[in-house]
Amino acid sequence: MPKITFIDHTDASCTIEAEVGKSLMQNAIDNGVAGIDADCGGACACGTCHVFVEPEWLQACGEAGAMEEAMLGMRPDRTGMSRLSCQIQVSDAHDGMVLRLPEFQM
Amino acid sequence: MNKAVDLPDPLTMPLDAMDVSDPRLLELDAWRPFFARLREEDPVHYQAESPFGPFWSVTRFEDIVAVDSDHEAFSSEPTIVIGDLIDEIPFEMFIAMDPPRHDVQRRAAQPVVAPQNLAEMEGLIRSRVVAILEALPVGETFDWVEKVSVNLTTQMLATLFDFPFEERHKLTYWSDIAAGSPEIAGGDVTPEERLAGLTECLETFTRIWHERKGREDAFDLISLLQRDPNTADMVDRPMEFLGNLALLIVGGNDTTRNSATGGVLALNQNPAEYDKLRANPGLIPSMVSEIIRWQTPLAHMRRTAKRDIEFRGKQIRQGDKVVMWYLSGNRDESAIENADQFIIDRKNPRHHISFGFGVHRCMGNRLAEMQLRILWEEIMQRFSLVEVMAEPERVRSNFVRGYKALPVRLHRL
Repeated sequence: MPKITFIDHTDASCTIEAEVGKSLMQNAIDNGVAGIDADCGGACACGTCHVFVEPEWLQACGEAGAMEEAMLGMRPDRTGMSRLSCQIQVSDAHDGMVLRLPEFQM
Repeated sequence: MNKAVDLPDPLTMPLDAMDVSDPRLLELDAWRPFFARLREEDPVHYQAESPFGPFWSVTRFEDIVAVDSDHEAFSSEPTIVIGDLIDEIPFEMFIAMDPPRHDVQRRAAQPVVAPQNLAEMEGLIRSRVVAILEALPVGETFDWVEKVSVNLTTQMLATLFDFPFEERHKLTYWSDIAAGSPEIAGGDVTPEERLAGLTECLETFTRIWHERKGREDAFDLISLLQRDPNTADMVDRPMEFLGNLALLIVGGNDTTRNSATGGVLALNQNPAEYDKLRANPGLIPSMVSEIIRWQTPLAHMRRTAKRDIEFRGKQIRQGDKVVMWYLSGNRDESAIENADQFIIDRKNPRHHISFGFGVHRCMGNRLAEMQLRILWEEIMQRFSLVEVMAEPERVRSNFVRGYKALPVRLHRL
C-alpha cells in the first residue's frame, strides 16, 4: 500500500496508507484527512478536493483533463501544482508522495 | 381555503399532460409527487407544451451532475431559467455565459466571496446578526421573513456592494423584481414595474460606479470589478453591467433569505431534529448543509443544447431547452439516503445539488454557509425555540423556492 502524506496550511502532516485503484480523494476521505470536502463525490464537478502536488510528484499524477482544467480555473488560489484529487488514481508509483492542502476548499 | 384543488392529480394524470413549469407547484408546496413520478417513470422527460414552450426535464441527481458538468454540449446562453429573455431588458450575466467569457468575468467577482475575504468579514456579519436577533420581540407573533431573513441578507448585500446602508431595502426590491416576472419564472411582477425598477437599479449603480472610481484598497464588488482589467469598463456596457448586478443581488439575496426561513420551518416540522440541535449545537455546520439541500432555494437551472445529443437514451436536439430540476435531484433516493427527510446529522451532508456543479457552481456558497452558520449559532445562544405559528406563505415561481411570510414566536432559553 503506497504511503501518501498530506500537509495542511499550518504545516501539520498526516500520512495514510492508500488503496491502489481508488482515487486520491476517496483515499483521503476514507482515512478522514481533514481539508478535502469532495462535495460532488468524485465527478470532477465541484472543485472542493483541491490539492497542491509537490513538484517532484506532478509527473506521477498525469495530466489534468479539460473538465478538471475548467474547474481549477475557477479557483483564485490555483498554482502550477494544483490538481483535483478525485482525478488522480492512486498506484504503486505514488508511494511516498507528498501533497499540500489549501487553506480553504471552495 | 384549499388552493390546491386546481392542480391535477400527479399520481394518475397522463405523464404527457404534466406541467412541471407551473409556478403553483412551488407556491402550493405540491411539487414532490410530480417530480417523484418523473424520477421514477421518465427521468429525462420531454414536455411538449408549456407556457414557456417545450423543454426537457432532468430530474435525477446523477443526470443533473452530468448535464451541469458538460458545458460543451449544454450551453448556459442565452439564459438559465425556463422562460426566455424579454425584449426590453436583454440582460447579460456570467451565469448565462459559456467559457471563456464566463471565466473572465467570474474570476473578477470571485475574490469578494473567497474564504480569505470571508474570514475577515465574519466578525461584522456576527455583530449584525446579533443586532437583528436582539431587536426581536419575545413571546409575540411576528414575521420571520421580514424581520430576520430579509433583514439579514439585505444587510449582507449592502456590505458586499458597500451600498448606502440606509437605502439597502432597494437591493431587496430589485432582487425580487429581477427574478419575479411571469415570462421568466411564472411570478407576478408586471413588465412595467420590472422595467422601472431595473432602470433605477442600473442608474443607481452607474452613479455609485463613477463616484467610487479609484479606491485602491476597497474589497467591495464594485471596486473589484473596476480594478480587474477585464471588467474595468463594464459600466460602459449597461446590459452586461445590469445583468451582473442582478446576478450578484439575486444570488446573494433570495437564496440565503429562503434558507434562513426554511431552516426554521424544517426544524419545526421535525421536532426530533430540533432536540438533536439543542443537545449538540456542534451539529450546526452539518445542519446548514442539510437546510440548503432540504430548501433548495433555486428550484432549477436551464441549459440549451448546443448540438444534437443522445442523453440517457433520449434524442435531444440542438436548441432544445434542458431544465435541471435541482429540487428533484435533492430528493433522489438513488443518490441521497432518506432524501425526503430532514436529518441534521447526515453522514455526507455536503453531497447535495443546491449549489449546482461544473463551472457555474455557486460562487457564494461559502458565504451562504457562513451566514447561516452564524445565524444559528446566535439563535441557539438566545432562544430555546423559534416556534412556527402558521403555515408559511410561499412565492409563486418555478425558479425561486421561497417564502413571503412565516409567522413565528420566540421562546427564551
